[in-house]
Amino acid sequence: MAVKDYLRERFFPHMWCPGCGHGTVLNGLLRAVEKLGMSKNEMVMVSGIGCSSRISGYVDFHTLHTLHGRALAFATGVKLSKPELTVLVPMGDGDALAIGGNHFIHAARRNIDITALVMNNRIYGMTGGQFSPMSGYGTSATTAPYSNIDHSFDVVELSKAAGATFVARTTAYHVQNMADIIRKAILHEGFSVVEVLTQCPTYFGRKNRMGGAVEMVKWLKDNTTPIGSKAKQENPELIERGVFVQKELPEYCNEYNKVIERATKGR
Amino acid sequence: MEEPTTRFVQGNEACVEAALYAGLEFFAGYPITPSTEVAEHLAIRLPQAGGRFIQMEDEIASICAIVGASLTGHKVMTATSGPGFSLMQEGLGYAVMAEIPCVIVNVQRGGPSTGNPTHVSQGDVFQARWGTHGDHAIVAMTASNHQDLFDVTVEAFNIAETFRTPVILLFDEVIGHMREKLVIPPAGKIPLVERLRTSVKGGVDYHPYLPREDGRLPMSDFGGEHRYNVTGLFHDMWGFPSNNPQVVHGLLRHLVDKIQNNANRMARYKEYYLKDARTILVSYGSSARSALHVVKNRRARGERLGLLELQTLWPFPEHIVREKCETAQNVVVVEMNMGQVLQLVKQAVDDPDKVFLANRVDGGLITPTDIRNILRLIQGKGV
Repeated sequence: MAVKDYLRERFFPHMWCPGCGHGTVLNGLLRAVEKLGMSKNEMVMVSGIGCSSRISGYVDFHTLHTLHGRALAFATGVKLSKPELTVLVPMGDGDALAIGGNHFIHAARRNIDITALVMNNRIYGMTGGQFSPMSGYGTSATTAPYSNIDHSFDVVELSKAAGATFVARTTAYHVQNMADIIRKAILHEGFSVVEVLTQCPTYFGRKNRMGGAVEMVKWLKDNTTPIGSKAKQENPELIERGVFVQKELPEYCNEYNKVIERATKGR
Repeated sequence: MEEPTTRFVQGNEACVEAALYAGLEFFAGYPITPSTEVAEHLAIRLPQAGGRFIQMEDEIASICAIVGASLTGHKVMTATSGPGFSLMQEGLGYAVMAEIPCVIVNVQRGGPSTGNPTHVSQGDVFQARWGTHGDHAIVAMTASNHQDLFDVTVEAFNIAETFRTPVILLFDEVIGHMREKLVIPPAGKIPLVERLRTSVKGGVDYHPYLPREDGRLPMSDFGGEHRYNVTGLFHDMWGFPSNNPQVVHGLLRHLVDKIQNNANRMARYKEYYLKDARTILVSYGSSARSALHVVKNRRARGERLGLLELQTLWPFPEHIVREKCETAQNVVVVEMNMGQVLQLVKQAVDDPDKVFLANRVDGGLITPTDIRNILRLIQGKGV
């Protein structure tokens, strides 16, 4: 199947701003799905609210566009009730880590076989440029007009600590690498987190004088480096990308099958 | 046919047995007094039946998880109490908008806020109706004893599956924790409604949100042949977001009409000695037990007292209340709140001035003595 066969083409052109990185994430995601040769009927995409969450409207899977922050909770119900389905959950950084932070850490803790994509553009775009938990200290936003005093999370460290068994970071610049990482995340049996650093020229870029989309994508290229690279040793400020965690631990739905076995034993 | 089983159980356990009887396959919940036993018993019983139980991180997640599981084609339920029910309002609205069959149990305790966790109240009647934002219709039912609780729980699943709607079971702490006899009928005794699934073949355009002439909307399970969109936004017949005024208007009307137009079908109530009653008590849930005690007691002394016990609270059976109370001189609403159903009864009858409240809001169960004292006041006899 070609990549475009996974799209609901009648909804194009998409609603994202010119220069937004979310379309690139959609591209990487579908290339991963295509490479895996997955059937559309076995795929469920569950999303929340925000610019990123509109991605579910464009893919020809079973799609569940839910409430702000709650995508992983809905997805948990989908997956546990029908474990044979492949469940993808794209979220924005505010969606996943502010309003949805609790659901995020608990989905990771359960190690349920869901692939979570955090499309991190460091801003609330749909509501017009308020700071997110990923904006970071010293940034500017409509709700941080005197410079932001909120510190940001490290999604990778948070996911590791919460128990995710696959944790990776990539960017909207490294499209081939993104598709490869998402493919691995889908294949991984357990809770997978892929943080995709992406650009919002309309709000984050403009508010923080980062230039247009081209400059912002270049920033992603210049400020990230493969895990453990020589460049990282020379410049600790660089953000590492790649697969940080990939380990086999009992997966939640499989474990629940054992619960059913124990409950029905001798009955 | 197999024999009925007789048990001596808590109301919360009766609710579990009824849900399993109705075909419950998936439960997500979070511990909260006084509903916790529902989760505890389902943690044991659901996997025995091949179903799935999950304890979520909070009540918000619980209601979201059951919506997800309903979409894969399963009968689903969650259970909570006041504070958790407040958290569930967001997901409840989603289930209304996306037309997801599900059952939400609220074993009421005293509120507002953390309130009076281990004590009884009936303070969530209006929260059940209007707790989630926006215009909508809702179904809420209750019961005063375990046998009725069993029946309305099965009925809640039947209504949820028939009308693609969330149904709220508004029990209370006394019913939830009290132990009494329950006779579980043999399988097949109470008819069960199974979800209407589309007969549209794969590859043919399927409209998940296009009502048939009878107002019902055939579903297709996630993972099946039809891929469609589900959203909490106003949406078209394919489930895709739309802000077209005609679409918005049509959907809102449909969401309200499918419940309101079937209010008669959903109206469950019981009546005791109403025919010649001069004073009618209107009550529901555990309050109705005390009300019935008073009525029986007074009847033995020749007083013309009757009881109308409501089991369906929403849609409020206005015309039934009006008809039954028409010839009564006095109507006394017996409930454990500051007069929630009282307002509805006042609206329903011709003369709102003949409607009085007998209530108790201190966490104790309203007793026959409490009701008798109010009756004396109404009848001008003093306390």
